[in-house]
Amino acid sequence: MTVKFTEDHEWVKVEGDTAIVGITKFAAEQLGDVVFVELPEVGASFDKGGDMAVVESVKAASDVYAPISGEILEANDALTDAPETVNSAPEGEGWFAKIKLSDSSELDSLMDEAAYKAFCDGQ
Amino acid sequence: MTDTLTLAKTPLHGLHTKLGAKMVEFAGYDMPIQFEGVKAEHLWTREHCGLFDVSHMGPCFLTLAGGPRNDPQAHIEIAKLIETLVPGDIQGLKPGQARLTVLLNENGGILDDLIITRPYSADRQGLLYIVVNGAMKEQDWALMRAKLSPHAELERLDNKILVAVQGPEAEAVLKPYFPEVSTLDFMEMRRMFRDDSECLVSRCGYTGEDGFELLLDEVEGVSFVAELLSDERVKPIGLGARDSLRLEAGLCLYGHDLDSCKTPVEANLTWLIQKNRRERADFPGAERILSQIENGPVIKRVGIQPLDRAPAREGTEIFAGDRKIGEITSGGFGPTVEAPVAMGYVEREFSKTGTELTLMVRGKPRAAKVAKLPFVPHNYKR
Repeated sequence: MTVKFTEDHEWVKVEGDTAIVGITKFAAEQLGDVVFVELPEVGASFDKGGDMAVVESVKAASDVYAPISGEILEANDALTDAPETVNSAPEGEGWFAKIKLSDSSELDSLMDEAAYKAFCDGQ
Repeated sequence: MTDTLTLAKTPLHGLHTKLGAKMVEFAGYDMPIQFEGVKAEHLWTREHCGLFDVSHMGPCFLTLAGGPRNDPQAHIEIAKLIETLVPGDIQGLKPGQARLTVLLNENGGILDDLIITRPYSADRQGLLYIVVNGAMKEQDWALMRAKLSPHAELERLDNKILVAVQGPEAEAVLKPYFPEVSTLDFMEMRRMFRDDSECLVSRCGYTGEDGFELLLDEVEGVSFVAELLSDERVKPIGLGARDSLRLEAGLCLYGHDLDSCKTPVEANLTWLIQKNRRERADFPGAERILSQIENGPVIKRVGIQPLDRAPAREGTEIFAGDRKIGEITSGGFGPTVEAPVAMGYVEREFSKTGTELTLMVRGKPRAAKVAKLPFVPHNYKR
């Protein structure tokens, strides 16, 4: 299992041809208290970079982009009733969706953990 | 991105950055949006005491040409001048009394909302203490100068420190420094002294809580604010929580809930126009405003309660069935009510509390209803 990261502060945990995606701890801290998450519908397909979900803090709404292209296999419905999980466990129970990858070569363009850490330190 | 070099700084700017605030541009100033987090700051203010830097706003003195006098008639003279621009009863203010009002254009549209206070001291009559919005102060002051000069003179006080100390513990926090605060009721102001430094202390604010606004000297005020913040009951609060607090309290934010196209009647602020001003019909746009009071406005500001957890932000379209009947002007999440809250304008026939509405949030219809304002009861001392 590999974990990759995007410049939009999303993580992608890859297992075979599926991936679980969410937003990083850095992103969750920047957003502040998450009060609502609009999840993608199961069966919907997204191109890499498409508007996949929305996460709202007290202050504002932010788009969450699809970190990779694919079809939504599952959405984390637990976030509907407990959006604060995005703050408490952004890289665990606060996952957003499970995606069936349509082009696994896209993963090559994402950062590994060390590169992502360096990217955050530079922000 | 805004160039931070061009932004103005309040005298408390150094204190904010030292406290680790996240800063943003607001009204041309580099201002703290949050310190520890919007939700925590919001809840702290409702339960204890929050300190807000509002020095970006526009405090000023409007004084009769020739200066203040020890003569109640001087108040009537200055009040008559400002009443040519606002629909509130300023002549009728008691010494030390403050009143929320609005600057109007010739169509009765709201140019800004402001607080006008009559000094308490007998020897300072003929002077008004006025606080306008930071983003509108240049417009407002230019208007006052254009319309009221040479009969009145304007002294801008926006280099001073203006802080709001808000919450149920605000009185107890300030009492050791200003024993007189306990004698003030909501919307009353006194000039008080700390050592030799003059402060204007008003019992008002924009959170729905009891609290005070203090106009302080720009030099000595910095150490006083730092001292207040060392009190464990007091925390610094950013503009993020200021916005969520005022929204729960049902209070309007100029440029969002109010603008130059909206009248006080449409804004559901008819209570700002006292009876004697309606009878005299001598304020800008009086004909249109009085007709709206009599016949009802076409649109009206209401509270809106989304019925699921999705916040509806400013600009969200409001529908009744298939027909668009209005738009959200302020919306977000209310940490005290633990639910999304919003305000907006709807056609009058849909303005009754409980009316079912549909909000189009990012293309998805979401159920909402017209809600009574405020969302959180006001906790003013009267």
